[in-house]
Amino acid sequence: MADPMHQFEIHKIVDLPDFAIPGVGVIDMAFTNSTLAMTLAAAGIAGFFALATSKGAVVPGRLQMVGEAAFNYIDNLTTSIIGHEGRKFFPFIFTLFLFILAMNLLGLFLVFTATSQLAVTATLAAMTILLVLIIGFVRNGANMYKLFVPAGVPWYMLILVTPIEFISFLLRPVTLALRLFGNMLGGHVALKVFAGFVVSLGMLAAGGGLGLLGIPGAMLSLGGVVALTALEFLVAFLQAFVFAVLACVYLNDVVNLGHHH
Amino acid sequence: MEAEAAKFIGAGLATLGMIGAGIGVGTLFSGFLQGATRNPSAAGGQFTNLILGAALTEALGILAFVLGLLILFS
Repeated sequence: MADPMHQFEIHKIVDLPDFAIPGVGVIDMAFTNSTLAMTLAAAGIAGFFALATSKGAVVPGRLQMVGEAAFNYIDNLTTSIIGHEGRKFFPFIFTLFLFILAMNLLGLFLVFTATSQLAVTATLAAMTILLVLIIGFVRNGANMYKLFVPAGVPWYMLILVTPIEFISFLLRPVTLALRLFGNMLGGHVALKVFAGFVVSLGMLAAGGGLGLLGIPGAMLSLGGVVALTALEFLVAFLQAFVFAVLACVYLNDVVNLGHHH
Repeated sequence: MEAEAAKFIGAGLATLGMIGAGIGVGTLFSGFLQGATRNPSAAGGQFTNLILGAALTEALGILAFVLGLLILFS
């Protein structure tokens, strides 16, 4: 059976000279298939919105409708979670959502999924958490400790609640990165394993005799691949949406610190 | 026992953590559907909360999956 992990290997397409940063080390600047997938995703989004907004008609056409619907969807999301200040963070959330969605969907059409690389998802998660920390400290200053000390909790419960809140805050970037990575990796491994069954059971059937029993099995796993592909399209959208929602929730924690709305 | 065999058994055992995530996501959606069938007009507004809960529950299952991969490939 074909190795299901083979699809996640990174290989260089154009080898560029190494780039040395003093004190940090040498960085390999090669243009890899991961870079290519991300470039295609970014170019796809830019191309789509250039096309969708080129007419700018009062009565939107089909393409403009899709662009406006996506815009509206995330605008509603940021406003409903963060409140009236949500629109300030809309560009970041919208970019995050579209970029992850484009990478996930391209992974289903091309051979390589950029979001199935931990380095990519960890960078996106680190970026989100850094933004949360910067906004939190700029807006609240020393009051940031209130994040770990919920209001209205009796003092003897705080001994228990504060460490739990602190640990869960530290785990946020880890789970944010691992959720997207694990979902995309798991889905694509399952797809390749089922696709591998089709080939190996077909080979068994080609041998004739009792091996012909492999044909119904191969048909079953082919149906499984089709069903899983449909599921993966749902997961691709859902994971991009979940990443955007969680970024909103984490931003809301520091933007509206201490007062509920 | 060979180290290689123990590695495979360990990776298989690590994925058992997904049982908890499965029960959690099942409970979550059953609760949502019960609420949604009783008051369908309020169901649409809770979609974001539903997905948020599912994502947070699922993260623990994903941790088990990643642990299994780490045992298998490191």
